Amino acid sequence: MKSVQALDHVVIRFAGDSGDGMQVVGSQFTNTTALHGNDLATFPDYPAEIRAPAGTLAGVSGFQLHFASHDIFTPGDAPEALIAFNPAALKANISDLKRGGLVIVNQEKFVPREWERAGLTANPLEDGTLEGYQVIPVDMARLSKEAVEGLGLGTKETDRTKNFFALGIAYWLYSRPLGPTELWINTKFKDPYREANLRALRAGHAYAENVELFTSRYEVAPMRQTPGVYRNIMGNQATALGLVTAAQKAGLPLFLGSYPITPASDILHYLSGMKAYDIHTFQAEDEIAAICSAVGAAFGGALGLTTTSGPGMALKTEAMGLAIMTELPLIIIDVQRGGPSTGLPTKTEQSDLLQAVYGRNGEAPLAVLAAATPGDCFYMAIEAARIATQYMTPVILLTDGYLANGSEPWLVPDVEQIPAFPVTFRTDPDGFKPYARNPDTLARPWVKPGTPGLEHRIGGIEKQDGTGNVNYEALNHEHMVKTRAAKVAGIKVPDLEVHGDDSGLLVVAWGSTFGAVRVAVDQARREGIKVAHAHVRNIWPLPGNLEAALRRFDRVLVPEMNNGQLVKLLRDRSLVDCISLPKVQGQAFKVSEVLAAIRHHQVSEAK
Amino acid sequence: MNAETTRTFAKKDYMSDQIIRWCPGCGDYAILSQAQTVFAELQIPREKLAVVSGIGCSSRFPYYINSYGFHSIHGRAFAVATGLKVSRPDLSVWVATGDGDALSIGGNHFIHVCRRNVDLQILMFNNRIYGLTKGQYSPTSEFGKKTKSTPMGSIDHPFQPGALALGADASFVGRTVDIFTKDQRDVLKAAHEHKGTSFVEIYQNCNIFNDGAWDALTEKAVRDERVMMLEHGKPMTFAGGTCGIKLNGIRPEVVQLGNGLSASDCLVHDERDPFLAAIIMRMDFPAFPVPMGVLYRNPRPTYEVLANEQIAQAKAERTPNLQKLLSGGDTWTVK
Repeated sequence: MKSVQALDHVVIRFAGDSGDGMQVVGSQFTNTTALHGNDLATFPDYPAEIRAPAGTLAGVSGFQLHFASHDIFTPGDAPEALIAFNPAALKANISDLKRGGLVIVNQEKFVPREWERAGLTANPLEDGTLEGYQVIPVDMARLSKEAVEGLGLGTKETDRTKNFFALGIAYWLYSRPLGPTELWINTKFKDPYREANLRALRAGHAYAENVELFTSRYEVAPMRQTPGVYRNIMGNQATALGLVTAAQKAGLPLFLGSYPITPASDILHYLSGMKAYDIHTFQAEDEIAAICSAVGAAFGGALGLTTTSGPGMALKTEAMGLAIMTELPLIIIDVQRGGPSTGLPTKTEQSDLLQAVYGRNGEAPLAVLAAATPGDCFYMAIEAARIATQYMTPVILLTDGYLANGSEPWLVPDVEQIPAFPVTFRTDPDGFKPYARNPDTLARPWVKPGTPGLEHRIGGIEKQDGTGNVNYEALNHEHMVKTRAAKVAGIKVPDLEVHGDDSGLLVVAWGSTFGAVRVAVDQARREGIKVAHAHVRNIWPLPGNLEAALRRFDRVLVPEMNNGQLVKLLRDRSLVDCISLPKVQGQAFKVSEVLAAIRHHQVSEAK
Repeated sequence: MNAETTRTFAKKDYMSDQIIRWCPGCGDYAILSQAQTVFAELQIPREKLAVVSGIGCSSRFPYYINSYGFHSIHGRAFAVATGLKVSRPDLSVWVATGDGDALSIGGNHFIHVCRRNVDLQILMFNNRIYGLTKGQYSPTSEFGKKTKSTPMGSIDHPFQPGALALGADASFVGRTVDIFTKDQRDVLKAAHEHKGTSFVEIYQNCNIFNDGAWDALTEKAVRDERVMMLEHGKPMTFAGGTCGIKLNGIRPEVVQLGNGLSASDCLVHDERDPFLAAIIMRMDFPAFPVPMGVLYRNPRPTYEVLANEQIAQAKAERTPNLQKLLSGGDTWTVK
């Protein structure tokens, strides 16, 4: 009888070649774990190349999953278990593993030819590399081959079932049911592949149960959650669902103009499957056409949307200026990745903040928002649409690769409880002026072409306030620049919430660093450090209480995945000297990194 | 009686109150006037008319038409118009552009709008020069042309716009001249009638930076010999019927009629024939008279119709249920 150990949280990582199906097993483990009722956070990490040379470090694809019986906010700093499909995957990941952790390796790949591909000179299973770890070599290739024998699969196809074999082992190890994945395989594959994958999965599970190598298995109990219906959600999914919901709540058709780009393309894919909700998805010839088509649709009375990542943002800037000048609502979603230029297409970064806030020719203010977690993308997408339509302005929503592909359990909201913000188009010709302003919001009226008596022209040339006529006069231009700025500055933004102590050190963060910062701050407080966390979701305009909040604290620390961008904005808006904690490695902060910085910068009582 | 049905529009109804800021003598005035006449002849309700433009002299066009108008950014009018037409197929969307706007900075959008076949009327004013930036050579400027940016002569080979549009599978290609009033109106009306991307190249004079751009073809004294008006189903003849175009193998040649050759020996214009269109687009002065009129017209389904059909189909297949959509496939309930 094997023992079952109860754990309150586990971090595991699957790693293999980019063709080994790591993202598939990762997402299957995630869904099963979510259905089990654990809180979880995931971090898929894959190379930019679809298939880098097999067995090389460049080709290593990984999927990390953190699941727990309590609230968690990050995919975890260091895994306790690593399932490595080849020497390269082992080499690339072993340094992250906790000392004493479990390493399951795919034995057949630990041969000289494969070590050499990974840049190793000896077998890492034998040269002492794994000393201090619990290593379990499994001949996955042979075992999965035996499992699928007789189905008439070729060598390559047989080899492709070994990821399910490994998943079967992992399910046994963490006491997860096979049912959800069996169901998925049944709907996803046709025979003989369906049967082969099922057999491999079950064989892996049975192997772990029977073989003497595994002495114990683990159990992570479901966590206590707010009652309701839950699902697992990834950031890009949440963004897409938020946009559909926003369009419905605004009473508008949605028009997405987009050009494929990593890591934003999934939003295009999701929305393309939701046409029944009055959604046009237009895959344009380039990033510029993508945003311009959305501007054209907005002129026509649709909710205009474009989705992209850093390089695409750069190309869209002129058209953003056009939307600012014509004062049309527009949503621009930037799923940030490592830059500049092509940069690190599949790695995460927060380095487009200054581009979003300032990166256009002329005085060109617009609203900028940033989502904090995968599930938060849903709510921020709705907020972006609300601001855009209410203030007749383009809005940039910043997410990033870490949020886009990361996932978490999500309490499915009740659609009826989400406030509607129906748009009213101007139809009354009496006294109509295209650039007359709503005194509360400074928004101009939105008129749908086709409305008799309200024919008018708009464009990128400076407008006379009120009439909207082309106007080059010095004072009018200055007035319009200030009016556009005042309109954006006047957007009603919720106050910054401060979590934790009310003096000492304040950690101000934004975007996807939420989880690591929140966990680090809570940990530091348990250690007796006076520290608080404020998370900025409205980047522009910033919350009205920002300066006062910053001034309440002795020190302000600003961790961000860039070379120090929000920190510039904070200093500029508050004249408070903030300490920058930059990380620009294409990777998210670890809790330990933020915690170390908090300890370092804590304000001693004897000050 | 419904007031809607009794409304009629005169040419002046399409004139806006804006002061026109083109140079006196510019060919754009003639085009504006013909377009306004055509709008009235077609009785396009003013509010249903949307004119979209890019940047350049030609792109001031929307300001002068009393309809909905959008003066966008350089080269991007096709993309803006695509978004507008797809989301608002009920509108009559016209694009005003120039040789630089459409073929240089907007070249990519141009070829893609053509292949998608969005139902737009594209009026490309071709003056073979950059006017608004004061006289640089354009993608249609002649090889060797001396301009401010080519003091030693242009070494760029020019585009043949009709051939480019055809190469991008435009379903309608027309050509006319700013000063050919009646012919221009006929082409514009045909463009409007055509469902799909209608590309109309309009030879236009820039009397400041490229004066006489098309004089060699359009001067009254030589016009008959140097341009050839095409009519569907009619033989290709010109110079008052004294000359014609005959095929020699797969190549066209100019023949003198008489001496046993008559119009019935000449090539017959078939708007719908893409092979013939390829020949027509390559006929250029001085080897040939320049063909004018509807050069190619071959309807196929339009992009915005297909796009909206997909939405209708999706709705027919599945009743939208937002709550269900948000829940996704796998859910679990915490009590």
